Amino acid sequence: MPGPHDTHDLTEADPLSAASLDALVADALAAFAAASGVAALKEARLAHAGERSPIALANRAIGRLTPAERKDAGRRIGMARGAINGALAERQAIVEAAELERALSEESVDVTLPVALAPEGAIHPITGLIELMSDVFVAMGWEVAEGPEAEAEWLNFDALNIGADHPARGESDTLFVAPVGSHRVLRTHTSPVQLRSLLDRELPVYVVCPGKVYRADEFDATHVPVFHQIEGLCVDKGITMAHLKGTLDHLARTMFGDVRTRFRPNYFPFTEPSAEMDLECFVCHGASVGNPDAPCRTCRSEGWIEWGGCGIVNPRVLRAAGIDTDVYSGFAFGMGIERTLMFRNNAADMRDMVEGDVRFSRSLKGEAR
Amino acid sequence: MRAPVRWIAEWAALPAGLTGRELAEALVTAGLEIESVEAVGGDVSGPVVLGRVLDFVDEPQKNGKTIRWCHVDVGVEHAPEVAPKPVRKGETVAPLPHGAWPRGIVCGALNFAPGDHVIVALPGSVLPGGFELGSRKTYGHVSDGMICAEDELGLGHDHAGIMVLGDADDAGRPWVVGAPALPALDVVDEVLDMPITSDMGHCLSIRGLAREAAQVTGVAFTDPVARATPAATSAGYPVSIEAASCRLFVAVTVSGIDATAPTPRWMATRLAAAGMRSISLPVDISNYVMLETGQPNHCYDADLIDGAIVVRPAVAGEHLVTLDDVDRALSTDDLLIADATGPIGLAGVMGGGRTEVSASTTRIVIEAASFDPVTVARMSRRHKLASEASKRFERHVDPGAAYAAAHRVAGLLVSLAGGTLEPGETVVGSVPAMPAQTIDAGLPERILGMPVPADRVAAILAASGVAVKRAGDTLELTPPSWRADLVDPYDYVEEVGIKVGLEHLPSVVPTAPAGRGLTREQSLRRAVGRALATAGFVEVLTFGWASEADAERLGLDASDRRRRSVALVNPLADTAPLLRTTILPGLFGALARNASRGLDDVALFEVGRVFFSAGDAPTPLPGVAGRPSDAELAAIAATLPEQPRHLAAIVAGDWRPAGWNGAAVRAGWQHVLGVGELVASTVGVELTRRAGSAAPWHPGRCAELVVEGVVVGHAGELHPQAIKAYALPARASALELDLDALMGLVGGPGSIAAVSSHPVAKEDVALIVDESVPLAALEASVVAGAGELLESVRLFDIYRGAPVPAGKKSAAFALRFRAADRTLTESEVAAARDAAVARAASDLGARQRAE
Repeated sequence: MPGPHDTHDLTEADPLSAASLDALVADALAAFAAASGVAALKEARLAHAGERSPIALANRAIGRLTPAERKDAGRRIGMARGAINGALAERQAIVEAAELERALSEESVDVTLPVALAPEGAIHPITGLIELMSDVFVAMGWEVAEGPEAEAEWLNFDALNIGADHPARGESDTLFVAPVGSHRVLRTHTSPVQLRSLLDRELPVYVVCPGKVYRADEFDATHVPVFHQIEGLCVDKGITMAHLKGTLDHLARTMFGDVRTRFRPNYFPFTEPSAEMDLECFVCHGASVGNPDAPCRTCRSEGWIEWGGCGIVNPRVLRAAGIDTDVYSGFAFGMGIERTLMFRNNAADMRDMVEGDVRFSRSLKGEAR
Repeated sequence: MRAPVRWIAEWAALPAGLTGRELAEALVTAGLEIESVEAVGGDVSGPVVLGRVLDFVDEPQKNGKTIRWCHVDVGVEHAPEVAPKPVRKGETVAPLPHGAWPRGIVCGALNFAPGDHVIVALPGSVLPGGFELGSRKTYGHVSDGMICAEDELGLGHDHAGIMVLGDADDAGRPWVVGAPALPALDVVDEVLDMPITSDMGHCLSIRGLAREAAQVTGVAFTDPVARATPAATSAGYPVSIEAASCRLFVAVTVSGIDATAPTPRWMATRLAAAGMRSISLPVDISNYVMLETGQPNHCYDADLIDGAIVVRPAVAGEHLVTLDDVDRALSTDDLLIADATGPIGLAGVMGGGRTEVSASTTRIVIEAASFDPVTVARMSRRHKLASEASKRFERHVDPGAAYAAAHRVAGLLVSLAGGTLEPGETVVGSVPAMPAQTIDAGLPERILGMPVPADRVAAILAASGVAVKRAGDTLELTPPSWRADLVDPYDYVEEVGIKVGLEHLPSVVPTAPAGRGLTREQSLRRAVGRALATAGFVEVLTFGWASEADAERLGLDASDRRRRSVALVNPLADTAPLLRTTILPGLFGALARNASRGLDDVALFEVGRVFFSAGDAPTPLPGVAGRPSDAELAAIAATLPEQPRHLAAIVAGDWRPAGWNGAAVRAGWQHVLGVGELVASTVGVELTRRAGSAAPWHPGRCAELVVEGVVVGHAGELHPQAIKAYALPARASALELDLDALMGLVGGPGSIAAVSSHPVAKEDVALIVDESVPLAALEASVVAGAGELLESVRLFDIYRGAPVPAGKKSAAFALRFRAADRTLTESEVAAARDAAVARAASDLGARQRAE
């Protein structure tokens, strides 16, 4: 780098002349431009803008001038210093930015490395779906009711108009708590929670009852002896079957989007009239019906799949809870959570839901969506 | 119920061309469920023709089977171009009188004779299931077709032998060899298969289905049993009823029958389509009439009955060999049909062997009776014998049909078996009156939520057979004798709803009152699950069965509460007859299953109920006419098992596997202790831990989890013996706590203190204590001693070794002091620190370590 003394000799020219100052400025600007790093620029600053730099010396030389000369020379010096300092600041910013960029570039990391804060945990999809379905009702002002799983036979059967001779009360369907004649069972549905709600709560009652239920059932791809249901109960003045339809249509839309539904008459002891809520088959949308060339395994070419049972609460049930059936009516419904999970998230084998394999639980990333 | 469509159409004037599928859809709207619609004979295409067996030879095979090499005449049109190999070696094969060759066919069945007419599927034909026939070499012959059994043609399920047709069709026209077989048999039909719910008993008959089909499609219905029951008479076979569970008994006698006469093809085909095998003409007639009318009936060999028939309860010690050849010990709750010798039938369930109709029977007494549904249901269950008859009686059989059905059986015996109806008949009892009900004509509209004017209600019910008397706004209703399901006002609402069509229901969302949302406990339970999942635990759901062996494997001592199990009367597996008192074994099972699938690094949790017996006292079974008394409800609550929700978690393998950023971290006791902290902070309680000893934990690595002085659970490394007993990975660690108990300790809404903006003062202090001093206790002393200026304390180091004496440890705490209202002076901070050290010294003998 050329030093300031190499090209200008102060003894030979007037250091305050315009030409001299222009040369100083040109020297300084060239030196700054040539400085490629913060350290080099510092050196250039000391040489061209420091206390012993030519411009500083030129400034001191003003003192030797006459007042008349001083004014002019002062203006020229000021302009020269301004040019030098401006160029220095500009170059400083550029050099610092480049230096930072280099430093940051050297610190770059591989952002694709695995960085889990914790192992991959998950809520079981059944739990997630129960919460999701419950929330649909909570959003409508309903509440979530819960109850025991080892339940009084009276609440599981008698009060629900399931008489002593009903086949469901046999040992091939229901798991009985010992000793024989204890009148205790593992609840076969969450309906006893509905009864408990009617016995415990003030009317009107709008509750959903999600939970675990037990049946003396086979254990295979489509049956498990322990599974989950969500039931709903609404008892109020002026409740009709149209309200039931509206409620289930809303639930179906929330769960499955724009899906066609139908009510098909059915029989349950605890509801009258009773119906089955069917959903249009998600897979074939009815195209398989009467079309042997394109059979549908999901709906067995019926075009509809059964989602759950429902109906108007049988007044006998309301009476067993001490409710005046001339004033109040209600509706009830119940769906299998596992079944809903199969429809909604394509879970194919019910055994996976109870075997505790972490891969199953993790498959919805912790949430039912 | 399997119902052939053409049989239904015989009684309901269904529109021509209505397909089985369309009929099924109509019946669905009437409340029936359709399992399937099957084609009968419709799935067959190509040359399936009538043939006549000419000659054959039986050839025993090495596999023990005997096959039959046959020559069959299939007519000129379907004759082969070349002669088949002869039936027996060396014989010459001659053309048939019509000039063509017979076909050579290998047949596996042996139930036919030369001259029999059979059905032959020729090469090129396609049978149900897409089974395409060709000429094939088998058992050393070229089989040029197949002689068909019923099931191979989709006509029924019988595969006992091939179909042998006799010489002529039902109208007496001789078979034409070579003619297309299915049109000749007139069997092309469809069958609806329907499970029948218990309120639709009347649909366990062609009669009932035809009635529903006619009503929902708006066509005419003809009742196959439209014949009034006459007044009681005893002119026929003597019968007496000695039990209230039999309200009507009709006995009609037909004599001079030929019990060996063949069942006409049309009847056998319908029986087969309905899923019943043809057995003998009298039995087939009995079954046919039952299917058509819904009235189970029984044919007794009149010559084998000893004196008068009595309907009575069984006497202790009596036995009956039923038609299925089972010797049944009878209960005094059984209702019998008996004669002077003893029982001859289980009423409404199954007849007895002693009076069974046989080939030599010539005189038959036909029984058609009405039995109480519950009595029959109990007998059927008691004897584990579900028959076609009991299935119907359990769901109510129309007593009004009994008399007509008996005569329908008699009429068929007369026309098909050559018998004579004896003039005297017996009718004991009568058709019971049906219970009348009065409803407000507006009730259906009010409950359904769609407009159904009173006129329409009345018209619909009348069409359903209900006698309707209208008085202003009220309807007096009497159901027909086949509709025992119409009792309550809402039963009629359902009938109206179904017949109007539930598809017309509007969709209206009801407005619930303002709700309170989830309870705090419900919200917190969700939050706990979310927190654990976020922390790396995977939720599983296990069955919850348990056994005594679990108590042993866990090492529970005799007084352990977890031995107070609830047992099941009928467990699914004898090896797991109990309900769980702890979730741990379920998690152990899930852990093992994951390990067996190569998933070794697992952290699992489950939230679920456990069950503790509250004793054997029976739970009350109050009446259902009204709300149980408070005492009854209290007794229900007191006798049910305690069933708190527990939370359990388990870890094994690596908590963090070795990675680019660090070595592996083994999962262990600290992770499950951490779960306790996480749960406590999630629900907002103060949890303390102290050394505990509980099964199945390692005695030196078990923490009692304490909230408000209550032990809510345990956590730590599992006992090596439990690890061995359950074959768990070494050092597996687990936690179990009573989540309900913990929730019960959650306090009020809590309050928020002002945050001080004055500067913090930091002091470190190292204290030497005996090895046995728990650090939580040392920290508690420090906190107590430091006083209210202490903002926080953090254990940052534990040191053992010189210069710390053996048997002692040095614990270093970082203390932070801050005042709410001022900047602390150095002397204030020093005094607080010294007070902390002094307190630790006096409480636990702690000594400050020299700097």
